[in-house]
Amino acid sequence: MKLDEFFVTGDPLILGSQIAIGLTMVGLVVLITYLKKWKWLWNEWFTTVDHKKIGIMYIIAGVLMFFRGGVDGLMMKAQTSRPNMEFLDAQHYDEVFTTHGVVMILFMAMPMLIGIINVVMPLQIGARDVAFPKLNALSFWTFFVGAMLFNISFVIGGSPDAGWTSYFPLAGKEFSPDVGNNYYAIALQIAGIGTLASGINFIVTILKMRAPGMKLLKMPMFTWTTLVTSVLIVAAFPILTVALALMTLDRIFGAHFFTVAAGGDPMLWLNLFWLWGHPEVYIVVLPAFGMFSEVIATFSRKNLFGYVTMVVSIVAIAFLSMLVWVHHFYTMGNSAAVNSVFSITTMMIAIPTGVKIFNWLFTMRKGRIQFSNAMLWALAFIPCFTIGGVTGVMLAMAAADYQYHNTMFLVAHFHYVLIPGVVFAVFAGLYYWWPKMFGFKLNEKIGKWHFWLFVIGFNLTFMPMFFVGLDGMSRRMYTYSESTGWGAWLGVSAVGGLILAAGFAALVYNIYWSFRYASRDIGGDPWDARTLEWATASPVQEYNFAVIPEVTDHDEFWKMKKEGRNTLKKEDVKDIHMPSNSGIPIIFSVAIGIVGFFLVFEWNTLAAIFSVGIIAGLIANSFDYDDGYHIPAKKVWETERKWRGDL
Amino acid sequence: MKKQFPLNHVVGFILSVVLTIFAVFIALETDFTTTIKLWIIGAFAIFQAFVQLIMFMHMTEGKAKVANIINISYSIFLAVVIVAGSIWILTTGHAAH
Repeated sequence: MKLDEFFVTGDPLILGSQIAIGLTMVGLVVLITYLKKWKWLWNEWFTTVDHKKIGIMYIIAGVLMFFRGGVDGLMMKAQTSRPNMEFLDAQHYDEVFTTHGVVMILFMAMPMLIGIINVVMPLQIGARDVAFPKLNALSFWTFFVGAMLFNISFVIGGSPDAGWTSYFPLAGKEFSPDVGNNYYAIALQIAGIGTLASGINFIVTILKMRAPGMKLLKMPMFTWTTLVTSVLIVAAFPILTVALALMTLDRIFGAHFFTVAAGGDPMLWLNLFWLWGHPEVYIVVLPAFGMFSEVIATFSRKNLFGYVTMVVSIVAIAFLSMLVWVHHFYTMGNSAAVNSVFSITTMMIAIPTGVKIFNWLFTMRKGRIQFSNAMLWALAFIPCFTIGGVTGVMLAMAAADYQYHNTMFLVAHFHYVLIPGVVFAVFAGLYYWWPKMFGFKLNEKIGKWHFWLFVIGFNLTFMPMFFVGLDGMSRRMYTYSESTGWGAWLGVSAVGGLILAAGFAALVYNIYWSFRYASRDIGGDPWDARTLEWATASPVQEYNFAVIPEVTDHDEFWKMKKEGRNTLKKEDVKDIHMPSNSGIPIIFSVAIGIVGFFLVFEWNTLAAIFSVGIIAGLIANSFDYDDGYHIPAKKVWETERKWRGDL
Repeated sequence: MKKQFPLNHVVGFILSVVLTIFAVFIALETDFTTTIKLWIIGAFAIFQAFVQLIMFMHMTEGKAKVANIINISYSIFLAVVIVAGSIWILTTGHAAH
């Protein structure tokens, strides 16, 4: 391979990005070296096993990927804003919608949610960390390496261009001979390892490390949704692992699992992809439901309405989510029996989801609602998400789906589900739990700008897509003629995209402003909240709880406050056992990333040589007998006195 | 706690590798009809699943009976949905003609 094939050349947009990436990298290295922060970064962040810091790194990565995926989205909006636009050519447009989808689902939604879970869930159950802190660090670094590998594709070698679903035969070697789709197969595989490990980690943490007295039905709702999501991750991600492995064998090693000519079946790819892909939708949306439950209860000053039905409905959603995958390809020509069964299972999901919507409404009923920023996102979520859900029921009917399939109507539908369902939730969660992470609140006034710009922009962007979709515009069309009459709709949609981007900019400005000017004197419980994470300092002490609390209720912290039990006695404070930092996860993940990079370019010998690094990492880890360290009781007591003040 | 040599794991690992290589051998290097090959490979697969369950998943150990029953039934549910579901979808309808 020659150097001019290695780097993508010939497009001024991409050349600009290459220069910008190069300058940013050099700038970062120079800045960190100038500030002498390398040691600090390595000791405090890169090698950390603290669930809160890992969560924060996940969230930072998620915000960066949101920017990347958002720019992709804006480029698509620009290209379709007028008929016969010539901003992107067909190939570039294909690459942009492919990376937009992959980045937004796997590298934005997933890390945002896993990040917030990491920060909040151990605190909610009164634990000092997750069950396997080092594995948690490995999860983050494999995710991060996978995400970065995927992201460099557009400047080195070329992006995948077969859609985020990468359907065969298009995604096969015959029709996509470039390295782009190798990036898809390898980078998702690496990131998937991390997600699977997170799922296992969270299940064990929740089942084994709850504070005494916290029965399963006394867990906060966010912890419940985390548990069910983790079970779904463990059920569904291995299917993606297998599908991607088969894809890799097909593309790099000449197998034919998905090519008809050699006895394979491209529909097998669709089948496996959606066997993972549909549960994946619920993997991202269930923790979001949990966040809304916490936010709505806190800011309505009431406990959550219908706690048990909430639990039953998330379990029902998870169960049904494994049984609906065919609704993504009704049009493949299934038998009537197949399409009917999957139509019915799909429509059934609306029942438990409806139960949840009404539970949230009843939680607010007669509550004393405070219109804080977190609550605003939860309020906007309900109508917007309901539009997404109801159009979903329309798509669920197999006979009707033959009309809607692969139109912009579908695109509008899933953006109406995923943006209110996940992005609004992440914003609600960030405003709500920000003080726990950083020790200050985000500014409410700038937050209102963020909220209104984003919600208005979102509706303007995606509502017109329903109409052009019903009018026959298929998804992934990169251009259209004036006679279609879609110009006005898509023009409005493009303006909406800009407003959406302004909303995101307001969030970034809010983070900057609050970091510099917001008050640090907010105490441990700035929202007068209900669950255990608020019984800690803001930002949380490294050991979380000086004394593990005894739990009697699912709004335990609320009860503690009412009964005056949230004080600390000196004789209860003991030495606290903590896990040591470890460099193995990051080094091991980088080794996987290097092997992955060679595999992408099909330099198999180099990949084989460097896999020695992965094996060495595994062996080195087996001989790691580090048992952690203890924080002496005296030090714990001093830290507690500092933030509690009154002891 | 005494550290023991993980005999179970090593035996399970070797058995898994051998069974997999054997399946590849049957598929690529023998002259059986496809049906017979599928039956043999299928039998190996089920045998290997049990090896994994017993040697690695410690199905026979532990006191948490209820948890084990939930785990096993959930796994069977998933296996049936994924395997039987896929066969149903890919072999009926247009694919059948």
